[in-house]
Amino acid sequence: MALTGLFLCLFLVGHLLGNLQLIFITGEEGKRAFNEYAYFMTHNPFVKVLSYVTYLSILFHAIDGFLLTIKNKKARPVPYAYNNPGANSSMPSRYMALLGSLILIFIVTHMANFWWKMKFSSDPMPLHQVVVANPQSGAEETFYITHTGDYVPTSAFVGEGEMPAAMEVRNGTEFYLKEVNLKRGEGYKDLHSVVLSFFGHDKSKDGVPEKNEMALFAVLFYVIAMMVLAFHLWHGFASAFQSLGLNHKAYNKMIKMAGQAFAIIVPALFAIIPILLFMNK
Amino acid sequence: MASKFINITLKIWRQKNSQAKGSMETYKLDHVSTDSSFLEMLDQLNEQLINERKEPIAFDHDCREGICGMCSLYINGRAHGPDTGITTCQLHMRMFKDGDTIYVEPWRSAAFPVIKDLVVDRSAFDRIQQAGGFVSVNTSGRTIDANSIPVPKTDADKAFEAAACIGCGACVATCKNGSAMLFVGAKVSQYALLPQGKVEAKNRVLNMVRQMDEEGFGNCTNTGACEIECPKGISLENIARMNREFLTAALSNED
Ligand code: HEM
Ligand code: SF4
Ligand code: FES
Repeated sequence: MALTGLFLCLFLVGHLLGNLQLIFITGEEGKRAFNEYAYFMTHNPFVKVLSYVTYLSILFHAIDGFLLTIKNKKARPVPYAYNNPGANSSMPSRYMALLGSLILIFIVTHMANFWWKMKFSSDPMPLHQVVVANPQSGAEETFYITHTGDYVPTSAFVGEGEMPAAMEVRNGTEFYLKEVNLKRGEGYKDLHSVVLSFFGHDKSKDGVPEKNEMALFAVLFYVIAMMVLAFHLWHGFASAFQSLGLNHKAYNKMIKMAGQAFAIIVPALFAIIPILLFMNK
Repeated sequence: MASKFINITLKIWRQKNSQAKGSMETYKLDHVSTDSSFLEMLDQLNEQLINERKEPIAFDHDCREGICGMCSLYINGRAHGPDTGITTCQLHMRMFKDGDTIYVEPWRSAAFPVIKDLVVDRSAFDRIQQAGGFVSVNTSGRTIDANSIPVPKTDADKAFEAAACIGCGACVATCKNGSAMLFVGAKVSQYALLPQGKVEAKNRVLNMVRQMDEEGFGNCTNTGACEIECPKGISLENIARMNREFLTAALSNED
């Protein structure tokens, strides 16, 4: 419980730093940085191992939490007719299992929103596009960006009249010259635009067909989930140290304060992301 | 201070025996001196019940001065009632007001079955103690004087503080998980801190924790309720020490 909990706290920090790019780097630069980061996170072998450790931690933490809660409920089969637990313990400490279950629901929905789309979804992810205006004519043209920084015009992928398209996308991201069966480059999945569109941006020119009309509810859901996380961590962070036997009067106050600071700052920063994205749509 | 008298309503758990299904019953009691202890008030109620030819309420008590740990009552939603650092026998009726309704229930724990009314069987604690809460001493007749073994002052103080546990079970009663870890933590610590206890330290913590689980106590989630309700101020530090002892023993024990 404690080891997985603390590992998940570390995960939160990493995940937060990655996501803060969404609000700290704006415009084309931000889109590029975030999509390159997303590519790195899905392809680096070290990150892959880390991600499996994270999935296992969540699973183990949740199962352990449920088993613990069931066992602890069994330890008091007859409840008190009149009980006043508020006199001796904090509210979050008494609702850890409920808070944790809500977090689990959030994790599942959150992964369905983005992670599933990125990895498995049958409708292909939009690829990273840039719109460039021709300096002479002023006409706008759209290109895909490749890993080598090349620009491939999107028009090459659509046939015109009798003419079939010269290029096609294979395996989700690879650009092939059809006739000679040659790989011309590889594009980036445009997770950035998917996220922005989820939180209310109109991203149709980036190839994301539908903007989320329910974005306000998405933002609310994410913000509430972060409040739930804050309560879970308000108790959980310091609790983990006690569970591991780390209790010393010189450090107890510090651990408690660090835990409460962590419980406020980390979820608050997470929550700011959808709020800002929604407001700047 | 002149004593005052109050009239109160009591809601008390009545249960004929360990098999019977119990229920909360309501009693009115008038003219209770605010100077009387909570147990004296129950005595007064029992006299009233006896005069009415009714079965008096069974409740545990022995020393009535806060040292035996028998007086296990859950009063108005709190172990040993609405005050801290005391047992029920040290609770006085001046904590209540005229017209108050007072709930009195037995400790609720799977490991502390109700025997009758407010009396529970706390022998689970004895079995935990027997599983490891002792030091083996050679009785050859040439026993060394205990004071000849040097003990750091802070360790001696902490061991003494842990040894102040009277085994009352308030920690279990108040814990939302029915966990006995404050009690076991205190019993493990009082030996683990002293040189005499080091010899059997690993087996002690493993055996006592195993017995604790077998008795059906829950597991600590660090809500901290026990520390606040413990009449002897046993610190959560003792639970952390037990966790530490347990982790190292579980990883390094060779038996
Ligand atoms: C990102 C997600 C999560 C983080 C960072 C997190 C963190 C923590 C931490 C640090 C602890 C304290 C460990 C201890 O006291 O030994 C804890 C305890 C707990 N967590 Fe989580 N947790 C998360 C998700 C969940 C989920 C999904 C559940 C699902 C049921 C859950 C249920 C629990 C329970 C039951 C406890 C133990 C109760 C307690 O110690 O008071 N947590 N969590
Ligand atoms: S630790 Fe405190 S509350 Fe628990 S049994 Fe000992 S004296 Fe009673
Ligand atoms: S009767 Fe002995 S502690 Fe209360």
